Amino acid sequence: MSPVTLLPTLLDALTAFLIVLGGAFALIGSWGLARLPALMTRLHGPTKASTLGVGGIILASMLWFAHHGEGASSHELLITLFLFLSAPISANMIAKAYIHRRFRRCSAPEDVETELPAPPGERTDWATFGAPEPSETSERCET
Amino acid sequence: MIARLLPHPGLTAMLLVMWMIVFNSLNPGVALLGLVFAVLVPLFSAPFWPERARIRFGWPLLAYVLLVVWDIVVANFQVARLILFKRTRDFRPAWLSIPLELHSAEAITVLAGTISLTPGTVSVDISTDARHLLVHALHTEDPEAEIAQIKTRYERRLLEIFA
Repeated sequence: MSPVTLLPTLLDALTAFLIVLGGAFALIGSWGLARLPALMTRLHGPTKASTLGVGGIILASMLWFAHHGEGASSHELLITLFLFLSAPISANMIAKAYIHRRFRRCSAPEDVETELPAPPGERTDWATFGAPEPSETSERCET
Repeated sequence: MIARLLPHPGLTAMLLVMWMIVFNSLNPGVALLGLVFAVLVPLFSAPFWPERARIRFGWPLLAYVLLVVWDIVVANFQVARLILFKRTRDFRPAWLSIPLELHSAEAITVLAGTISLTPGTVSVDISTDARHLLVHALHTEDPEAEIAQIKTRYERRLLEIFA
């Protein structure tokens, strides 16, 4: 094979490899979401799918459109950027909602699960427990 | 004059680059309109960031981005192996409480985002005095070593970038 025909073949092979790699990681991430036992461990599955899974497919898309389509497209870079900005925040909000429901700090001490470590220091707690009450009549601690 | 017109040069540069990427062109007309917005948006959004972070753009920042990308790839393979081959009862999930030396909100946000993006760890919460970060690890044999690794690998570099 001459070098001129070899290069597109190599690029196609690389594109195919990246698609398979991305798909495999998205699949493993989803499998992790399904099989891991508790919410906090399950949360680790999707963060993986959204980084290397989507990353591989986006790289493949850039390669493919660079030599088959109407030229290189930079939009994939933006997809990656926005994904990397939003994925940690959604994981963070889910985790905060979880610990807020699971570990109540205002109930009797024996009800407080000891799994979650408190931050060292006298007058401090994790921010989700330490937020000021919305109003004086809040019934957050009554239940 | 320049400082008043461009209160946040980094933000201006970033907006212009993003504008060019959205339009996917290097056309001067596109660049000119982008420049208008890149100058106007920081001026009008100034009240939202009274104390802005000082970031050193340069080699340490680039090195940090490359390090994080590399770590994401490596950690993906590690976590994939855990998910595929480790029995559920052998998992040792752990809560890690990471003492912070970083002070600015922006630096802590970047650290928390980095921890969440690298598979195997998710940052959950920050203490009310902003001196500890709560992190959940999917599987760790030695929590102390995990904390030490996050501090030396990411936080020490961020201390140089956010000066």
